[in-house]
Amino acid sequence: MDLGLTEEQEMLKKSAREFLIKECPKKLVRELTANDEGYSPELWKKMADLGWMGLAYPEKYGGSGGSFLDLTILLEEMGYNIVPGPFFSTVVLGGLTILEAGNEEQKKRCLEKISKGNLIVSLALTELDGTYTAPSIKTAAKLKDDTYTINGIKLFVADANIADYVLVLARTNFRAKPEKSLTIFLVDTKSPGIQVTVLKTMARDKLCEVVFNDVSVHKVDIVGQLNQGWPVIENILKKAAVAKCAEMVGGAQASLDMAVNYAKERIQFGRPIGSFQAIQHYCANMVTDVDGSRFITYKAAWTVGEGLSCDMEVSMAKAFVGDAFKRVAALAHQIFGAIGFTMDHDMHLYFRRARSGEVEFGDVDYHRKIIANQLGL
Amino acid sequence: MNFTFSKEEEAFRLEVRDWIAHEVPPKWHEIDAWLWEETDESWDISREFQRKLANKGWLAPAYPTEYGGANMGHIKRLILAEELAYYFAPVGVETEMAVNWVGMALLHFGNEKQKKDYVPKIARGEIVFCIGYSEPNSGSDLASLQASAVEKGDEYIINGQKIWCSFAHLADYCWLAARTDTQAPKHQGISIFVVDMKTPGITVRPLINILDRHSFNEVFFDDVHIPKDNLVGVKNQGWYQVAMALDFERSNIQTAAGNRKLLDILIDFVKTTKRDGKWLSEDPIIRNELAAMATEIEVSRMMCYRIAWMYSAGMHSNYESSMGMLFASESFRRIADLGARILGYYGLLDQDSKWAVARGRIMRTCLAALSIGVGGGTNEIQRNIIAMRGLGLPRK
Repeated sequence: MDLGLTEEQEMLKKSAREFLIKECPKKLVRELTANDEGYSPELWKKMADLGWMGLAYPEKYGGSGGSFLDLTILLEEMGYNIVPGPFFSTVVLGGLTILEAGNEEQKKRCLEKISKGNLIVSLALTELDGTYTAPSIKTAAKLKDDTYTINGIKLFVADANIADYVLVLARTNFRAKPEKSLTIFLVDTKSPGIQVTVLKTMARDKLCEVVFNDVSVHKVDIVGQLNQGWPVIENILKKAAVAKCAEMVGGAQASLDMAVNYAKERIQFGRPIGSFQAIQHYCANMVTDVDGSRFITYKAAWTVGEGLSCDMEVSMAKAFVGDAFKRVAALAHQIFGAIGFTMDHDMHLYFRRARSGEVEFGDVDYHRKIIANQLGL
Repeated sequence: MNFTFSKEEEAFRLEVRDWIAHEVPPKWHEIDAWLWEETDESWDISREFQRKLANKGWLAPAYPTEYGGANMGHIKRLILAEELAYYFAPVGVETEMAVNWVGMALLHFGNEKQKKDYVPKIARGEIVFCIGYSEPNSGSDLASLQASAVEKGDEYIINGQKIWCSFAHLADYCWLAARTDTQAPKHQGISIFVVDMKTPGITVRPLINILDRHSFNEVFFDDVHIPKDNLVGVKNQGWYQVAMALDFERSNIQTAAGNRKLLDILIDFVKTTKRDGKWLSEDPIIRNELAAMATEIEVSRMMCYRIAWMYSAGMHSNYESSMGMLFASESFRRIADLGARILGYYGLLDQDSKWAVARGRIMRTCLAALSIGVGGGTNEIQRNIIAMRGLGLPRK
């Protein structure tokens, strides 16, 4: 048993922290959050040059052959700093789906470009229900000759407004059970009939409505097998959940660090507020949540990376972190008092992400259902 | 990073499990005495079991072999502790105190004679200690203790009163913290002594806990004469010695493992119990709560593993031990509460009641929960430690 990071992982963590402090200060975070596109091409290029996009892709597709755990370490730092932009959607949602289910041509084409920072991809999964179930997928892809015509509405699609491609999960069989009726399509967002509207979310993280109105897709753009998209998506959901946990752990750590520093400096009643027990106890609770979150996330990430059966580990991580980051962010706000309630202060940036992260890729109750099944109840 | 154990470690785990299954007498499970529920009968069974453990070097596995230990590393010790706790082996608090607090402190601060006189006997399960720390006016503020030890000739004379002294009525010795300098600042005037409980002048008065059991006591020292040689370590440095010794052995997976056992009892209950014609295990609220509990228990386990790993990697734990204890104790309270919610009326029944479920375990756990998070350092103190020592928050 070894719960430490390797030297390379420590270096990755350290260099990512330093790079982001310098290249993605909060001023830029706010600018990007406020603007429609939500990302900086300059920063994007720098991250690509550092090999961040291809970190967990095999070398033959332009990546550096790192592990899923390596990627989560990087994501933790990105969550610590907050890095607006389509990194998560492209690298995790888009890239990992293509890596898992794409054919050689798709993998070579897309992953190399993603690794170089030349392609932005997202995944259009949830629909009006806002859930992650096969029956909820009503978007339909109907075949005529060699072309499918897609009609439907997807909601909460990250970065669809700037994506070059979006992977769309659609129903292709209307007689079989939903779990055996879904197919993943690689769709060019410039295709006629696609309409993207950015939703105004709490974290301003460019989740979009994507309407498909008779959108044509050739059958060669199916990713994976016809009607066998759902098992792929189930796997990606697990990876995405853990990857999101990693970001959230970073965000929780940042919230803790800010609150502790403030508690040491803020003087009231002639002494730092961090010398009062109530504040000390909040901080103790926060670091307990942060540390607990980190280790349960590492365990899940390691298990995923080893290719081992991971349903329990993934759901435990997401169920715990989903609650924990919210608790940490709320306590941090409490410590900051009124000043934390201003737009100028950074704390709300984290709170917003705590609430958003909790929902994405399965909320606490969704994952508890899975855990209950895994417990054999 | 690697979350698996080595083949050798896995084999060891199975060896321990198998041994426990063979060696724990069935009577022990019938009595079902958990923490603070000890009786004379359970005490006798525990002591005998501990001698068996000792024969394998497993009672004090961290000690060097020349003192009766097994020179066992941190990870294997973690595995041993986890299995003993999960399978509810008769290893009680008195073992924890003697082996991990007293024995370890003696190994670090005792002189050669003290080490030879006491440590092997502790490791063989032949002697147990009660801990004389708390006083009626010195609980969380332990350093304010007033029991005195006055040097006179080649003796110390002890006067004072200790309280919450677990098993003082059964222990061979008392590990006593007493004041040896009334002029110095409070932390710098405390010394540690080994006191033979048969010494004249010691009176033990039982305190019955809310589980209606005699576990802890008041202990009165009236002009108790002890040899000067019974001073452990350096005079007036007792506080620091004890603090350091405590740090070493706080990985305490016992509570986390015990919580997992409680969870399994509840899982078993809901899978075998129907209410209004439906299995309890099908109830969505129960499923949700048990899943949440299982998650917490896994997080708790990771915290304990982390500490053992840190030590095995040559690091020293700081706030991590307090965090582990804090989290496990609050989980214990939550699982007791969840058990009560699930069992309803049955959760109110005691062990010997007609219709009792799981030997009344849930009812007794709810009461015991009131002491977890108080004894051994309250959760508030643990949070203070995490905040000040761990996060560097200021004292004033």
